[in-house]
Parts: sequence; structure tokens; C-alpha cells
Amino acid sequence: MTHTVNLVLNGERRAIALDDPRVTLLDLLRERLDLTGTKKGCDRGQCGACTVIVDGRRVNACMSLAVTLDGAEVTTIEGLAQNGELHPVQAAFIEHDGLQCGYCTPGQIMSAVALIAGGEAADIGDDPERLREAMSGNICRCGAHRGIIEAVLDARTRMADAKKEQAA
Amino acid sequence: MNRFDYIRPASLEEALAAGARPGAAYLAGGTNLLDLMKVGVAAPALLVDVTRLPGLDAIEETAEGDLRIGAMVRNSDIARAPEIKALFPMLAEALLSGASAQLRNAATAGGNVLQRPRAALLDGMRGDDRDLAVLGWTDACACVHPSDFAVALAALDARLEIAGAAGLRAVPLADFLSLPEGAAEAVPALAAGELLTAVVLPAAAARVAGHARYVKLRERTSFAFALVSVAAALEMEGGRIRSARLALGGVAHKPWRTPAAEAALAGAAPGPEVFARAAALALEGAAPSGDNAFKIELARRLVARALALAAAGTPARVPALPASPLDADHGAPAYV
Repeated sequence: MTHTVNLVLNGERRAIALDDPRVTLLDLLRERLDLTGTKKGCDRGQCGACTVIVDGRRVNACMSLAVTLDGAEVTTIEGLAQNGELHPVQAAFIEHDGLQCGYCTPGQIMSAVALIAGGEAADIGDDPERLREAMSGNICRCGAHRGIIEAVLDARTRMADAKKEQAA
Repeated sequence: MNRFDYIRPASLEEALAAGARPGAAYLAGGTNLLDLMKVGVAAPALLVDVTRLPGLDAIEETAEGDLRIGAMVRNSDIARAPEIKALFPMLAEALLSGASAQLRNAATAGGNVLQRPRAALLDGMRGDDRDLAVLGWTDACACVHPSDFAVALAALDARLEIAGAAGLRAVPLADFLSLPEGAAEAVPALAAGELLTAVVLPAAAARVAGHARYVKLRERTSFAFALVSVAAALEMEGGRIRSARLALGGVAHKPWRTPAAEAALAGAAPGPEVFARAAALALEGAAPSGDNAFKIELARRLVARALALAAAGTPARVPALPASPLDADHGAPAYV
């Protein structure tokens, strides 16, 4: 039986025919849609390398069956840069050396983008301890966590400032 | 992963009929079931997606004044709901101490409660017996229930609302989750096709909101299952404990309520001796099931610590490191 899954993927409407309900969102992105920015680490929801944003929330793409997502809005790392300009979180990761090998980076960035935009941001405020806890679903084996936290705090401040400027 | 069919019914009736078919399993957030399917522990022939059924995705007050959490409400939404923070803050602390933000965004209330007791082999990482039970275990099964949420729910006398062909039934969570008997792992008491539709918190349990804590010891401060956890809540009156609620996690096949310890606390003035006595009573009958005797003393000390933290009062906001005894927000422990 074929299932049709309608997605808004990185802003673009897509109707995807799925011949097998076993396909996870992660495998759909990587193996069938050639969006290989989203990484497969543990494939068990433990490492966070596959983090994407579904309907405004960060989730592990490896623990989500694509067939369940009909009508969802999905954003991956490929959908962040606009008109050739890096997203502020992407830029901050480069500036703060928030990576070494880079494998966990797309997941780290997607997690941070959702965290800054979503309801959690108000709970976290400027507290690095709360931010570290909030980012604990993304593991970096190179140990770049210090730079990652600096990057997220910096991007958050810059995005808030840009918003204020826009409003003024 | 074995092949399976997938359907997404539009109504509860349709879902119950499909769920009763042989080999069917209900799919909600998927964070637990999919994990079990990937390692071959679960191999359903049919997945019945219940995430879009009407009426299961809200937190609302019932006609009796209780609080009903629909089974499909996501863990992160429960933890952040204003009525949970105000009336049952211990639930927020327990939920935020579990898993990661990504998993909490997907995992549902119902799925959390229905997690199977976790055998070390499922972890695929560690084969030792640090995780195993020290209370209520049998030679055949000493694995522990993995949920933090369920420990706090047990302390609050939560009920489960279960839908089946014959209609709705309500079961206390404490009766629903069971201990292993003889050679078998206990399985949740759901009949074929039955669906957990809500978790209900009795209004009376909100009386402990001002003195309620969930405290959890684990191998690392974040994103780890409990070695031992304690849900401790006190109803205070004129500087004395009017009633107490105490449940332990990580020590048994189900959240471990402690009636003798609770009775010893009732009427007492809070203090280290009283808490130590309650802790001793809470662990009465405990025995190591392997190389895990340390958990018994660890649990006693954590009970005393959790009671002291509860007596000091629920913090205005969930600490930066939810449920961690290492959190700086605690200040100096009052009694331990």
C-alpha cells in the first residue's frame, strides 16, 4: 500500500509517495530527498545529530515515521540560510568555533534555532546552566560544547537585537 | 525492522476496532515503540496511529474539579502548562528531568506511563546490574520502570482513563502498573484493543503543591535514567506535616509508594530524625538483586534529602537542573 505524505519542506510544498511505512523522517530526507545535511548518528534518539524542526518543535528525525507527518511543516539545516546569507545561529557557530569535525553541527544548530524561537527561550533566559541543560539532547564527541553554548547565547542576543531594530 | 501496515483512524471507535486486531499496536509519539521495533523487541504487524484522535490532546478541568491530561499531550507541553506548574509542580520537575528536549517534544503522556520496565540489554550499552531493582523483584525479573513522570503520578494518586469496546474505565495508576510474578515480567493490564486515553490528577493532590519535589540521582546530570529517584510531597499545617506522599523510582518494577513511611510523617514536625525514620521505613524489605546493594542506602539518603527539600518549599520555578540534588538553586540543604 502506498501512502502519500504532504509536507511543507523548507518552505516548499512536497507530495511524497511512500511505498513503505517503515521509512523514518531521517531516512526520507537523506536517502530519498537528497537532503544529507541532517546526519544519522545513533538512530535511536540519543545523540541529536538528526534534529530537525517539525511544526515549530525540535525532534529527532530518526524516531519519527515519515508516514505519520502528513500535513507537517519540516525545516532542515538546508532551509536555514536565506538568499545566500547564513542564519544567525549558523554564523555564530562559525565565529565561536562551535564545532570541530562538524558531524553533530546541523543537529546542534537546528536544536538551537528551535530553542530560540520556541516557548523554551523564556524559561532559559540568559542562564548558561539552563541553556546547557536545554541543549543536552545534542551530543558532541569532539567536545565543542563550550563554543556551542557561547554561539547559542550570542546568536540569541543578536537575533533579539535585530528584532528590536526592525520594530523601531 | 519487520514490515507492518499503518493506519490513522479518525475516530476513537475506529481506533479501538483496529487496535483489537491481532498484532496491532497503538503508535503515539513513537519515541519508545520505534526504539523497541528497531532492536527487534517489538514487531507489530499493524501500527494504529492515535496521535490525531479528537479529545486526547488537551489538559482540562473535569466536572469533579480534577485535572485531566489527554494521553496525546506531549511531555514538554505538560511540563510547561500553567495549571501543571501551579497545581502539580512535581510533575513538571519530573518530566523535565527525563530524556532530552527533542524526545519530550515527541513523547506523549500516555506513552510515558506505558513504557515497559527497562532491561539493561535494551540499553545496548551496559550489561551490569546497577540499574536493577532492590524492592519487589523476583529471580526472573528485576528490571525497573523507567518513567520519572509515573513516579510523581503515583505519589499524587493519579488515575488512568482507559477506553475499550465496553466504554471507559478508570484505574488507579498504582494498581495498573504491577510487580513481576513468578517467572514473568509484569505487563500493563490493558486488554486487547484497549487504549489509554487520559491521566487524571485528583483535586485533593494539589494540596501538596507548595511542598512538592522530585529528586533524581543518575550517572550524569542530564539525559539519563534514574539510578534512584524520589517524589516527596508534604501537606503542611501550622509548621507540622499534616500528610505526606512519597514514591520511589529506579528501585522496582513500578513506582514504589511507601504507606508506612507516609504514616510516620503524618502529624510530625519536619526534621532530620523524622525524615531518617521515614527513609528507613520506605526501604524496609529492600534487598540487592545483584551488585546493587549500594542503591538501598543511596535511596534512604535520597528520601531524606527529598523530604528536606519538599519541607523547604517548592521553588518558584523549576531549577536549572531539574530534579538534580547538585543544582545550585537549592542553596544549603536544610536537614541532610
